Amino acid sequence: MTSPIETLGLGHRLGPLEQIPVGEGRAFGVGGQQVAVFRLRTGAVYAVSAVCPHKGGPIADGQIDGSIVLCPLHMNAFELATGCSTTGQEPLASWHVDIDGGEIVISPKG
Amino acid sequence: MSIIDDPLTEFEEDMRSDNGDVRRRLVVVGNGMAGARTVEEILARGGAEQFTITMFGDEPYGNYNRIMLSHVLSGEEADADIFLNSLPWYIENNISLHAGVRATRIDRYSKLVFSDDGQVTPYDVLIIATGSRSFMPAIEGLRTDDGELLPGVFAFRTIDDTRGMVNYAQHDDHRRAVVIGGGLLGLEAARGLQAYGLQVDVVHAGPHLMNAQMGPAGGAILRKSVENLGIEVHTKARTTAIMGEDKVRGVWLLDHPLLECDMVVVAAGIRPNVDLAVTSGFTVERAIIVDDQMRTMDDPDVFAVGECVQHRGEVYGLVAPLWEQAVVLADQVTGADTSAAYHGSRTATKLKVAGVDVASMGVQGPERDTDEHIVFSEPSRGVYKSLVIRDEKLIGATMLGDSSKVAFLMQAFDRGLPLPEERLEMLFNLGTPAAEVGVSELADEAQVCNCNGVTKGALVACVESGVKSVAGVMDKTRAGKGCGSCKTMVCQIVEWAAGGAVVEDPSANWYVPGIPMGKPELMTAIMEQGLRSVSAVFAALAPEGAEDAKSKMGLASLLKMMWADDYIDEKDAKFINDRVHANIQKDGTFSVVPQMKGGVTTPAQLRKIADVAEKWDVPMVKLTGGQRIDLLGIKKEDLPGVWADLGMPSGYAYGKSFRTVKTCVGSEFCRFGVGDSTALGIKIESRFQGLESPAKIKMAVTGCPRNCAESLCKDVGVVAIDGGRWEIYIGGAAGAHIRKGDLLATVDDPDMVVTLSGRFMQYYRENAKWLERTYAFVPRVGADFLREVIVEDSLGIAAELDERMQTSVDAYSDPWQEGAAPATPGQFRTSLPLEVLPQVPVR
Repeated sequence: MTSPIETLGLGHRLGPLEQIPVGEGRAFGVGGQQVAVFRLRTGAVYAVSAVCPHKGGPIADGQIDGSIVLCPLHMNAFELATGCSTTGQEPLASWHVDIDGGEIVISPKG
Repeated sequence: MSIIDDPLTEFEEDMRSDNGDVRRRLVVVGNGMAGARTVEEILARGGAEQFTITMFGDEPYGNYNRIMLSHVLSGEEADADIFLNSLPWYIENNISLHAGVRATRIDRYSKLVFSDDGQVTPYDVLIIATGSRSFMPAIEGLRTDDGELLPGVFAFRTIDDTRGMVNYAQHDDHRRAVVIGGGLLGLEAARGLQAYGLQVDVVHAGPHLMNAQMGPAGGAILRKSVENLGIEVHTKARTTAIMGEDKVRGVWLLDHPLLECDMVVVAAGIRPNVDLAVTSGFTVERAIIVDDQMRTMDDPDVFAVGECVQHRGEVYGLVAPLWEQAVVLADQVTGADTSAAYHGSRTATKLKVAGVDVASMGVQGPERDTDEHIVFSEPSRGVYKSLVIRDEKLIGATMLGDSSKVAFLMQAFDRGLPLPEERLEMLFNLGTPAAEVGVSELADEAQVCNCNGVTKGALVACVESGVKSVAGVMDKTRAGKGCGSCKTMVCQIVEWAAGGAVVEDPSANWYVPGIPMGKPELMTAIMEQGLRSVSAVFAALAPEGAEDAKSKMGLASLLKMMWADDYIDEKDAKFINDRVHANIQKDGTFSVVPQMKGGVTTPAQLRKIADVAEKWDVPMVKLTGGQRIDLLGIKKEDLPGVWADLGMPSGYAYGKSFRTVKTCVGSEFCRFGVGDSTALGIKIESRFQGLESPAKIKMAVTGCPRNCAESLCKDVGVVAIDGGRWEIYIGGAAGAHIRKGDLLATVDDPDMVVTLSGRFMQYYRENAKWLERTYAFVPRVGADFLREVIVEDSLGIAAELDERMQTSVDAYSDPWQEGAAPATPGQFRTSLPLEVLPQVPVR
């Protein structure tokens, strides 16, 4: 299986940040990948895989705080910054996020 | 190394020992469950480094699970599936298996085993595990002249017996079978044979079925259950002869006409295989005598294990004692624990016999005048329960047709647990959580959390790894994170496992995990500081002002309750269900339940719902338990369209809120109705619709004490009684917990029902912990106390409660109106943009 980072390439533009309400997430289909982007109340923006590795729950519908997102189906928790689970699940893929001219741009990490 | 026949001669065997292999030679006679299990235990203790291992097995196979033969017979299991150790296992573990070879004699002085293939095998340590065979009573006609069983007669002991029975039973012209023996094995055989369309009779010499395990009363009820399965039972029936020259034609019973049949299965008990031991000069009574180390009386290098063994006068025919013996034997033989000793087993059996739950342990009935005997008998349901208690200890029990309390009873019996004063609790689950008794005594593999499959052992391991708080263990193991009904037990186990070191969980009393305050303190702070949004609460009251995802939903509910119209509704504080006013399903679609007050609908509403379901390709339309109609599998982006087409208010089937009022048709139509339950139910639902609460509130109003709307197990339930009066019950439940509600009041005015129900709900909203259902809240606070506060107004707060409830009622607006003008950008945008939804099957 190719990793999401390879297939996504560099710098995908997902459109204006304003389409995401503060404190919530929205999902995007990008190069065959489903990406959930979260806009924190602190102003930080994070991008992780939109599909929970546990039972396929829609991560973008999850509730967040300053560090984690909770999958709405079974309340598994994942770190927004790294995608790592704090409840023993496989990690979510995660992307680097830039805001460029009010638009969200995601790119592979590292 | 060959697995069938070791070609080495005696001389070569000796050479091998001289050729540098200093390991001792362990020979095991018997490759059944006891022999193979003992070898496994020996290997687990590093036995392969100490011993070369040779095994003799009478049957030409590896080791299989004899207990499962009845499943093979009934066709539930394939014979290949019951093998515990297949032939490759022996190769992998370097065991020389002589399968299909019978050991005939042991020469204790030269330490040699002679077998029927002419081989001689030397040993340093010998284990006899020859097991049992079927007991074949002396019945005329059982065998042919050459000593073989008459065709059509079967024992039921080996896999070959079972295969033979299956083949024979499948003959088209074989219609009727007789099973001789009404014990456990006989009943299993009878049930299994029915699977092949045979009429089956059980012929039992004893006074009642399973008389080794239970007394006459239980036996009578078991008989009825067995007869209900279509099996004919003859007790006190002695088989005198089997008819038939070439094959079975029938069975003669004493004082009974000929029972014509095509097949006979003999399940009249088992007898230990002791011929080898007797021939070889070992001390044998009913079986081979062993000491507490499983050593024979006669030779320190020869051990015995399993059903062929007599220990302290007992011969066991069950598997559990055998496991215990194997452990002790392995400890001794390998020297892993030379202090290991077997002290005998208290045998308890729990099984399904012919589809009937049967558990039996200890004595069958009282033996002394001072023994307590507790009996419950319900023949029509096939339920029988009998307990014998001596000196506050359970010394015997029989449970038939209901296994709900068996786990506890087996532990109480095995370990002498303290018994509940209310003996009835040992027979039934009485609505209260049954966790009270002895978490310390619970087996490690006992599953505590049935939602997430967490065992007691996993909880204990978590505590031992250093997590010393209940919340920490629940987070780590996910125990108690499903329906939550096991939380009490999880707490008890953590406290027990941590000993004195349990970390006082300060957060246990917090309303939500992210704000270190109990509910009253938190509400005071919110009120005093005028905090009207969830983000404001975090900023003012959370440590370092940090948001906490797990706390948001509870805070949003609390603030809405406290501030009503003045609450600042931040969407991100709400769970997805409350953000899109629908209930999320496993594939990320949603369910839509329109309001249907009191469960009363109209042709027009039904027609509309049908049209909407067709137009939007709704995959499933389902009636709910709350008397409404559920449209399942709606895509998030379709929600506004569906609501617009429905043109109905939300039924709130998704929130921690007032849900629905179930009603019966009451006095309007029902010839028994004494109160207009539908009208009152609709009135209540209209008033309290959508009300936020710490957990969901389900209601019912029923028109007479027949209680068709099930009011007694609702959070708030109302029952009309004769004389125009109404009873109000609170704190009932019939989900993860079952609880009958407590009577709050009996009133003679439906408006008073509305007032008192509302007052109780407001008190609950203000005082219950987040997610604490009324079934927990009412007993915690006390029903008497609630009656005083709600009905008698002992605290003088009734008027305030009513007033605050009115404010909340006035603040109601139908959330589905948001469909027309979304509250946030992309409120109804898909969260799985590349999935084709719904993934649920379309009906």
